[in-house]
Amino acid sequence: MKRRDFIQMAGLGAGAMMLPFNGFGHEIDPARMLVPLMDTSQKKVLADVALNTTKSLGATYTDVRIGRYLNQFVATRERKVQGITNTESFGAGVRVIVNGTWGFAASNNVTPDGIKKTAERAVAIAKANSKFQKEPVKLAATPSYGEISWKTPIVKNGFEVPVKEKVELLLNANAKAMENGASFVNSLIFLVNEQKYFASSEGSYIDQDIHRTWPNFQVSMVDRASGSFKTRSAFSAPVGMGYEYLDSKAADKIQGPGGIILYNKSYDIVEDATMAALQAKEMIAAKSVEPGKYDLVLEPSHLWLTIHESVGHPTELDRVLGYEANYAGTSFLTFDKWQSKKFKFGSDAVNIVADKTEVGSLGAVGYDDEGVKCKKWDIIKDGVLVNYQATRDQVSLLGQSESHGCCYSQSWSDVQFQRMPNVSLQPGKQQLTPDQMIAGVEKGIYIVKDGSFSIDQQRYNFQFGGVLFFEIKNGKIAGMLKDVAYQANTQEFWNSCTQICDERDYRMNGAFGDGKGQPAQSNAVSHGSATTRFNGVNVINTGRTI
Amino acid sequence: MAILSKDDAKKILEKVVGFSKADGIEANLSGTDGGNIRYARNSVSTAGENSDVSLSVQTFFGKKSGGASINEFDDASLEKVVRRAEELAQLAPENPEFMGLLDPQTYGAEPKTFIDSTAKITPDYRAQAAANSIEPASKKDVTAAGFLEDSRGFSSVMNSKGMFAYNQSTSVDFTVTMRTNDGTGSGWVARNFNDVSKLNTAEASQIAIEKALQSRNAKAIEPGKYTVILEPNAASDLIGLMFQGFNARTADEGRSYMSKKGGGTKLGEKIVDERVHIYTDPWNEEVPIGNWAGGGGGGRFGGGGGGGQPRKKMDLIKDGVVSNLIYDRYWASQKNVESVPNPGNRIMVGGTASIEDMIKDTKKGVLVTRFWYIRAVDPQTLLYTGLTRDGTFYIENGKIKHPVKNFRFNESPLIMLNNLETLGKPMRVDGGGFGGGASLIPTMKIRDFTFSSLSDAV
Repeated sequence: MKRRDFIQMAGLGAGAMMLPFNGFGHEIDPARMLVPLMDTSQKKVLADVALNTTKSLGATYTDVRIGRYLNQFVATRERKVQGITNTESFGAGVRVIVNGTWGFAASNNVTPDGIKKTAERAVAIAKANSKFQKEPVKLAATPSYGEISWKTPIVKNGFEVPVKEKVELLLNANAKAMENGASFVNSLIFLVNEQKYFASSEGSYIDQDIHRTWPNFQVSMVDRASGSFKTRSAFSAPVGMGYEYLDSKAADKIQGPGGIILYNKSYDIVEDATMAALQAKEMIAAKSVEPGKYDLVLEPSHLWLTIHESVGHPTELDRVLGYEANYAGTSFLTFDKWQSKKFKFGSDAVNIVADKTEVGSLGAVGYDDEGVKCKKWDIIKDGVLVNYQATRDQVSLLGQSESHGCCYSQSWSDVQFQRMPNVSLQPGKQQLTPDQMIAGVEKGIYIVKDGSFSIDQQRYNFQFGGVLFFEIKNGKIAGMLKDVAYQANTQEFWNSCTQICDERDYRMNGAFGDGKGQPAQSNAVSHGSATTRFNGVNVINTGRTI
Repeated sequence: MAILSKDDAKKILEKVVGFSKADGIEANLSGTDGGNIRYARNSVSTAGENSDVSLSVQTFFGKKSGGASINEFDDASLEKVVRRAEELAQLAPENPEFMGLLDPQTYGAEPKTFIDSTAKITPDYRAQAAANSIEPASKKDVTAAGFLEDSRGFSSVMNSKGMFAYNQSTSVDFTVTMRTNDGTGSGWVARNFNDVSKLNTAEASQIAIEKALQSRNAKAIEPGKYTVILEPNAASDLIGLMFQGFNARTADEGRSYMSKKGGGTKLGEKIVDERVHIYTDPWNEEVPIGNWAGGGGGGRFGGGGGGGQPRKKMDLIKDGVVSNLIYDRYWASQKNVESVPNPGNRIMVGGTASIEDMIKDTKKGVLVTRFWYIRAVDPQTLLYTGLTRDGTFYIENGKIKHPVKNFRFNESPLIMLNNLETLGKPMRVDGGGFGGGASLIPTMKIRDFTFSSLSDAV
């Protein structure tokens, strides 16, 4: 199944994902997903064939990734099952350094002969390119870990849950939405399992089993008389968890301002679909926003995307260096700003960390795709830019000797490169709830869930929409608004951050489809925050007539 | 293995279909060999090749279906994949929208989608193409970041009613961003062909270098409504988004800008300036595309099956009026109309004026090289936001006066095509077509294009 078909089938608009998912792979039957294709000893034998081949051909460094990537999609609309698709992609990618130059080749032929040929092609490519190489690759040292393994700490493997159970859950959620007045509802459960084996010429053999789960829906309300329609998307998050995320627990439910229900570490899709239908009705009837300056109170299900675009991307070192100039762009966070040690990215309240280890997050793995053990580090400390995100071949440019461990490839067939770790805003140190925050706002808007998003290629100017918008008047929620988007400059915006709720309100959200690179690759990443206030932000009215 | 001839593909598919004990079976066999080179900081950063081939099988018992796939092609493996798909079909819920398998179809001549020279691109060719782009940049104190990607592939489908379709194709796509080393200027160019002999990375790179040099030290001008000249890549990005609303079902359901107030669709209604004529034609020499559609026209998932449906030359918008919407087989049956699969390419009729001619005819306006990060703001009015990038210039009295800072826009392609001033020469651009095909899009002059704020990005 092509991504285009999937999006169409699942009724997900452009805003629902950030980039095409590549490497969907081939369809297989679900039982096959539970059977390992190859044990680690077989993978080691194959990896050694590649390592020996490239060494004999003059490679100074080689890594081999043998990967099996499994996806399951269960998609429904209203009372119908639209598709149940299981895909598998299996193959091996070999990356080498020859004459100081990278070369990469990949094939689905994972046999001793096949992997040898792939290794030879990788070397040939590196040699062809080395004629024009001006900056020889230098790798930061990383320990040799020997033979080790890591697994996402899941409670329930989603691939073991019968499809029937998933279908029933989705159809039940759809029914609740329809009973409560929805015109249409599309829902799906999307499961990912990456079984990755990494081997390098430096003696690491790392076997990892990674799981991600994403339930989602779009509830639409159509008012045929006026010709208007609105869509309320799910308040779920894509998570680095197993199917236990869908076993809803009362302790994970949060009564939010404006009568909304929010979710933390588990999710009640049936309840949320009910709420979605009721809120979609309100969205159509809501008051169109008066443009102007407002204090924004941003809920974590919304703020994650603003963090992703305005903090996550500009702090990627490869962008700062110009490696993404032709596609994702460069960054306004140039070296001189970092070197000054006093560039005020945000207000003193703003502390942002990068973290590849946070349990339940999409980015959590034991080791990255070049065999570096994952960790957590500061990016913005008390509002000041203190570090970037860097891989083995670039971190020395920061005068640092250790990679940050954030190298990733979406599949065996794509070359790995620097990808965003989870980048999260740390909660405030003072006790503060969202209701207390709102009580202090005179003229503001409380925004829930991510909507439209756009930012320039150096990450200065952005515009974000949302799903639910509540007007705040004199400390109280005063009804729903529509046609809301805010525009700001990144640095001005983060310097207008005045309050952050405390750790009790800290939650993650994220995306499966963070896009970067050519050919474009998807990365799954989470962003945590508590509800946060930004003062005096420019809000525009997006209503038009055609 | 990755590229199979029509005969070899047919032989494998016949075997697969022969193994089936289900009411019906559809098998898709496809493969790709691809290569790429990426450079930045005037040096090659990554390069690679990959190769993959796969067979996917869908079997049917009544309205139940099950799918499985494999990438091994011995007889035992082929039979195994069919059995697996059959087991799954028996377990699956019924799909009430399943329309049955397609009868054998007539496809017309094979479009010239496969060019041998493109299929034979080597790592050395890619490295030289990159070098031809980097060298002129470094001589001008400019830094190049570019990407060249080529692919050759085939796809084929067969079902138990005897329907069989095959196509093979090649493509090469090249983009480069040139940035002046003082960080104040940036230029971009893109080239997309299925025949690599038409690609000259040195010539293309020169345009991007010139744009970078000319765009240094851009001046800020007030955001607002401006006459714009959109180069084909910029125009294509917005027009492509307009066609996402051409799905008849979504329009009938009332959740698209193509929905009519009170019910129904805007099929047959004038939605843009009467000079707008956009059509699809698989046999167009500049943008040929396979003469049958994959599963995108509804497909086995969306209901109705679409794999193997013939594509034809067909108007999408003529004289500003919506001529055709896309109907998958299920929705077509509900509405009692002929099914219309996703077209593969999009051709917009233009004029003869060059960009230079169009600038000469402009009293006051903005020239836009490309847009960036375009996202939907309101699907109901087709309002999009995004930014200009890599070469934005102010035009006054028929001449480029100076570079301007980039703008954020908030605009709807529908409003844009109603504010059409003139159309220039069309050019082949990547993507934007349904089904991944290329498009032929003219340069266009538009009045009252809405720029809502300024960006400091270079």
